[in-house]
Amino acid sequence: MALAWGTCDGHTLMHWTEYFGPLMQGAWVTIELTVYSTILGAILSFAAGIGKTSHNPVLKGISVVYIEVFRGTSLLVQLFWLYFALPLIGDAVGIDLRLPPVVAGVLALSLNIGAYGAEVVRGAIQAVSKDQYEAAKACNFTPRQTLFSVVLPQAIPEMMPPFGNLAIQNLKDTALVSLISLGDLAFRAEQLRNFTQDSTTIYTMVLFMYFGMALVLTAIMKLLERNVGRWRAVRR
Amino acid sequence: MTDPIIKFDKVVKRFDTLTVIDELDFEVGQGEKVTIIGPSGSGKSTVLRILMTLEPIQEGVVYVDGDMLWHEKANGGVKPAGEAHLRRMREKMGMVFQQFNLFPHMTVRRNLTEAPVKVLGMSKAEARERAEELLDMVGLADQADKFPHQLSGGQQQRVGIARALAMRPKIMLFDEPTSALDPELVGEVLSVIRRLAEEHDLTMLLVTHEMQFARQVSDRVCFFDRGKIKEQGTPEEIFGNPKEERTRAFLKAVLEGE
Ligand SMILES: Nc1ncnc2c1ncn2[C@@H]1O[C@H](COP(=O)(O)OP(=O)(O)OP(=O)(O)O)[C@@H](O)[C@H]1O
Ligand SMILES: [Mg+2]
Repeated sequence: MALAWGTCDGHTLMHWTEYFGPLMQGAWVTIELTVYSTILGAILSFAAGIGKTSHNPVLKGISVVYIEVFRGTSLLVQLFWLYFALPLIGDAVGIDLRLPPVVAGVLALSLNIGAYGAEVVRGAIQAVSKDQYEAAKACNFTPRQTLFSVVLPQAIPEMMPPFGNLAIQNLKDTALVSLISLGDLAFRAEQLRNFTQDSTTIYTMVLFMYFGMALVLTAIMKLLERNVGRWRAVRR
Repeated sequence: MTDPIIKFDKVVKRFDTLTVIDELDFEVGQGEKVTIIGPSGSGKSTVLRILMTLEPIQEGVVYVDGDMLWHEKANGGVKPAGEAHLRRMREKMGMVFQQFNLFPHMTVRRNLTEAPVKVLGMSKAEARERAEELLDMVGLADQADKFPHQLSGGQQQRVGIARALAMRPKIMLFDEPTSALDPELVGEVLSVIRRLAEEHDLTMLLVTHEMQFARQVSDRVCFFDRGKIKEQGTPEEIFGNPKEERTRAFLKAVLEGE
């Protein structure tokens, strides 16, 4: 057994195969965090990305401030702020703003990824040619109809590759939430390591598990990309 | 003669300091087919783009079908047109673009039904039926399920014409509809436009470099130069006996090029 040495260095408390249980538990939390925050992040991306291209100064302002604040500060600080600072503010004004770790984790991750995603959405929308906007006007579409019928269907396929990168980034960023004692994969790995001191085996396993999840995520994004861009694939 | 359906009254259009349309007076009668010719940069496209509300004007008044286009009445005076007014006015016009500007993510059929359903509130069934009719008319009945990039340029432009007609406009604007086409594809598009001109009482405003074609389809030819109409008249007058030196020079250059 290639990894068996890990169990015979004086800390033979667990056989390496027994790591799987806790690690899988952690991996599941990581998957949940990734899925929730990627979905919520995508929604935020569209809201803020579209908002930034809006002619309404209020919508535009809110979007710009959100994007700049969350791109300009680190995820770690955002996470700690939501988890540790927000409850104190709540205390001061007399509302309970304590967030469960999962909520704080998902929120911080989505807000962060949403800010980057918003720039992707804005860029893709602005890359749709002026000709298309003019054709939409000549067809007498309202601005909203233009956005949903003409612009977004052309912009979304362009967003998919950068969205894929952001989703992978998001998966990797979930490891940070172990710092607010959420039992994700990184957290479980650290627990096991403290218990067994078997760093090599544990972190090798963790490495492969993250990599496996990233592969699956990439495949999902590729599938989505093909789906939304089907019209582009048809050739004469 | 009945009131003109299009009227430019001392219209000025500037891009920064560059005056592109210079105190233009211009009228088009109901059902009239007018072609605009003239050198590059003389403001031909701009006239159409002003009408399609793609470019605002700085001075003067444009009337379409009896209403001001870029202005609306407001308690006694006039004010710049709001979006609602512009949308009402756009209903009267359809535009065919030099680069076709079809919606690439929609099938040909969808290109023809999307706006009638969403904008005019037509039922899907009716819009599809109408799309079939229009495609039949432009000779593309068998291409309804293709995407624009699967068609030749000439076919795409015929779809472009059908798309504009699907909105039942009173006025059709054509901005050099064949300039982006390979020479062998020009004919099929021109013949569609010619049929349209002969068989319908649509008002047509057409910018073109196809002089032979302009001669055949137009009731009137306007020669534009530096944002003004330098000379206008029947095709016979303009092509047969141009009065202005500029017109003669332009026609000579164009016809030599052909
Ligand atoms: N968006 C713009 N910004 C600045 N200048 C512009 C813009 N659009 C057009 N112009 C200028 O306005 C003038 C008239 O343009 P227009 O497109 O109406 O000419 P045209 O007669 O259609 O020429 P062509 O035969 O080349 O199509 C040109 O000098 C052009 O450079
Ligand atoms: Mg032009």
